[in-house]
This record gives sequence, structure tokens and C-alpha cells, in this order.
Amino acid sequence: MSDYNFAYLDEQTKRMIRRAILKGLAIPGYQVPFASREMPMPYGWGTGGVQVSAAVMTPDDRFKVIDQGADDTTNAVSIRSFFERTAGVATTTKTSEASVIQTRHRIPEEPLREGQILVYQVPIPEPLRFLEPRESETRKMHSLEEYGLMHVKLYEDISRHGHIATSYDYPVKVEGRYVMDPSPIPKFDNPKLGDMAAIQLFGAGREQRIYALPPYTQVVSLDFEDHPFEASKPDHPCALCGAENSYLDEVITDDAGGRMFVCSDTDFCEARQAAGHTGTMNGKDAA
Amino acid sequence: MTPLLSVQGVTKFYGHHIGCKNVGFDLYPGEVMGIVGESGSGKSTLLNCMAGHLTPDAGAVVFNTRSDGPRDTVTMSEPERRMLSRTDWAFVHQHARDGLRMGVSAGGNVGERLMAVGDRHYGDIRGKAADWLGRVEIDAGRIDDRPTTFSGGMQQRLQIARNLVTGPRLVFMDEPTGGLDVSVQARLLDLLRGLVRDMGLSAIIVTHDLAVVRLLADRLMVMKDGHVVEAGLTDQVLDDPQHAYSQLLVSSVLQV
Repeated sequence: MSDYNFAYLDEQTKRMIRRAILKGLAIPGYQVPFASREMPMPYGWGTGGVQVSAAVMTPDDRFKVIDQGADDTTNAVSIRSFFERTAGVATTTKTSEASVIQTRHRIPEEPLREGQILVYQVPIPEPLRFLEPRESETRKMHSLEEYGLMHVKLYEDISRHGHIATSYDYPVKVEGRYVMDPSPIPKFDNPKLGDMAAIQLFGAGREQRIYALPPYTQVVSLDFEDHPFEASKPDHPCALCGAENSYLDEVITDDAGGRMFVCSDTDFCEARQAAGHTGTMNGKDAA
Repeated sequence: MTPLLSVQGVTKFYGHHIGCKNVGFDLYPGEVMGIVGESGSGKSTLLNCMAGHLTPDAGAVVFNTRSDGPRDTVTMSEPERRMLSRTDWAFVHQHARDGLRMGVSAGGNVGERLMAVGDRHYGDIRGKAADWLGRVEIDAGRIDDRPTTFSGGMQQRLQIARNLVTGPRLVFMDEPTGGLDVSVQARLLDLLRGLVRDMGLSAIIVTHDLAVVRLLADRLMVMKDGHVVEAGLTDQVLDDPQHAYSQLLVSSVLQV
């Protein structure tokens, strides 16, 4: 016996995780406890996402991993090669070709379609955690729908900064019921959570929680009447592909204050460049 | 006239020990009730049973709700009871730290109850918070400071503002002046007396300080070993105590 079981986890574990996923899908936004396993990577590197991916993956799937939107960063490369070795599934970097996409901190720019599954890596699934440290109390607040405290956080933001300064991990309300932590995606991505055609699954390995959004779920970002939610991004076009409406990373280019803004979604940016779009700092033009 | 709160035969045991036994009284709107007694006499147990923090082993706590009239809060569902405790009820803890969120600014502390009942307009919430800080004599410039930077007396006043902002009809107070020095106590009592009179609040005050009940309470209950040993008008009980323990209590007050 030298082979791994398909997709690393044993079948009983996958069964347990699938039950948690189904329960999560049946109650959108509700955190389902599950018996998270030790994975061959440290907590915080996506152990929850990897377990969820392993449980939903079939041999016919095509797998994509992004980390902050990029396909070529350490976390993405190592998780992709992990599943290449243990599941032998095909992998891709193209959003449209993938059937299962594991993501850390971004939603792909390209709209997802029915049949795709988006798996989020979640560090802290409890949106009320830093306001109310007692788990027994936060569970009670969820079950009784007592969410006034969530607005206290936003109130504190406005009183300190003059506007809602929370720019990632922005709390949302699902189907008018559960307040949910969308994982640390930028709030620019929040509007994409709602009404999405793909299935969205959230796995928190250390905290042992799974939650889910079935396709076409209503998701509303919390706000105040006089300080409405705003999906913000840097006010620049992408320096490589010229996109005006994608989320951008700021990249320091020298020690003299030089900087550029580029799409954080590398697949989206490369596809646009291949289609002939170009930005102000694209080397091909400057040369 | 329907009593605002009608306590009937409330009993709480801790194992074989009596917490409080067979306590009953009616509280009418606008009335302030004092409960005095030595440490361990069951007064805090009784208060926690009435406020829904503890479940009594026997008895009923009937509150005259705005929508449905008199309801037994012991048997009502937990969501309903918790709704009451953040709208019509207020609870002032002895230690302000138990009743405040120390990591949240003063304005956020006052605003929390407003947001909990569905207020979603930042400007309104902040306006009301500033108004209430003024009413409890906290400088409006401190609205964005955390309670950790406040003195003990200010923390206690902030806790009162946070509780009264939603216009409750019944306030439970557990030793509201405990741990404060006498001059701060005097200011706090003055403030409480004004608020209770202006807002027409009903209140139940648990204390071991007879001066507090003399100043605030209309009626008084003296407790000993979980039982009520004497009840009546405050001045009557304090000036002409009938029960041996009440006489001991009144004569134990130090004269300056």
C-alpha cells in the first residue's frame, strides 16, 4: 500500500464533512460544527478549505486554487500540488475551466456559473468573536437573532474614522436571518456573494466550523441608513491590463516611492492582456 | 390599578441552602422599592430571579407588558424575556465593568441598546448617546473615549445612561453606589433621584446602605436568611423598626 485514498481523507471523514456541508446548505449562513482533522499543513494555511475541497472533489473535477486572487503564490501552489498528488485531479488556473475553486481572501472577477463550487478558507468563522468572547453567548445570540452588537462594531468604525473603515471581513446578513463572516475577502467582493450561481462553501479547520451559501442566496452587507455600504477599491486602473472595475493590489516597485496597481486576480489580468488590453506600465508597450 | 411587577412566592434554593424563600410583593408604576439586608440574606438572589438572570424554583414574577398585559416572566420564552430585558427593563450592576463593554467607546456603549432594538441611523444614535451622556453629567467631549479611561463614578453613570437610553419602565439596581466614595455616592444618588422622578421610573434597589434607601425608596423590605422579616413604607421601617433584626440594622448605622 503506497497510495493515498482518493483526495487524501478517508471515506468516513468525507462522509462526516459532506453531512456538515449539506446541513450548512440547508441553513444558509449557519455555522455547522464538524470534527476537523489534522492536515499535513499548519492551521491558518487553509486546513478547513482543504478538507471541504477533498470532501466535494470527484476524479472528474478540474481544480483551481487562488491565494489573494493569485494562482502562483506559495499557498496556492502547494495546495494545488497537494491535490495533484493525492487525488490526481486535473488542475487549471483558468476560472472558467475549473469546477472546484479553493480560494483564500478573494472571489474571482469572472462571474461563476452553475455547477461550479467555490471553497473559502476561513480563519475565524464567528463574526461576533471580537465583540463577545464567550462562545456560549454568541451561539445564543445567533439562535435568538440578537445582532445589535454587530452594528456596535460599525458604529465604532464611524466614530473613530468618520466612515465604515472595515475593509475586509465585512459582516453580511444571509436571507434576512444569520449574520455571517464572509472570510477575509475585501468588501469589494461582498456584492458578489449574493445571488451567485455557484455553490459557496466555507471551511474553518482550526475553529471546526463549516457554513455555506447555496446558489442564488440573498446576502446583504450590514450598514447604517446614513452611512450605506460601499464596495471600495483603489481609485486606479490596472497598470498591466487597464481594467477599471477589478480589485487591485498595490505593488511597491522601487525605494523612491514608485508603485503600481495591478489586478489581484492574475487569471483575469492575463486573460485581458491576451485579448489585447493594456495598461500604462505594461512592459511590452514601454519597450 | 394593575401593578407593574407582581412577585408571588418566589423561592430559590442552592442545593439545601435557602437563597430566598416565599417572597412576594407588588410594585406599582412610579414606585421605588428598596431591599436591604446583610450579606448573604438573599437580596441579590431575589433581584436576579426577578430580572431573569436566575430561574426561581417556585413562584411567579408577573410583569405588566406593554403589548399583552400581565405575563409571567418565569415561564415566558427566552427570546421574549431577553427582549424585555433590553427594552422595558434595565439592570444596573454593582461593578460598572460587569454592565459595560470596556473595549467599546462611551457612545457605542450607550448606543448598543438602541441598535439592539433596531435603530440603524448613525446620526440619530450618536445624537441620543450625546444627549444621555449630558444627562448623566459626562462631558460630551468624552463620547469617543473608552470606559477604561473613566473614573469609577463616571463608569457607574455611563452604565446608568446605557441602561436608560431605551426608556425602560423598570430598573433593577444591585448596590448602585457600592465601591464609590461618599461624595461621588452623593452625586450619583442625586442624579438617580432626579432621573427616577423625571422619567416616572419604577425601580427595585438592592443595597445594604440605609442612606440610599432613605433617599430613593418609597417602600422597604428587610431580608434576613432568605426571608422577608419586615416590609413597609421606608420612613416607617427606618424610624420605627418592629422586627429585632430591623432594629439591629437601623441601630448599626454609624453616626458621624
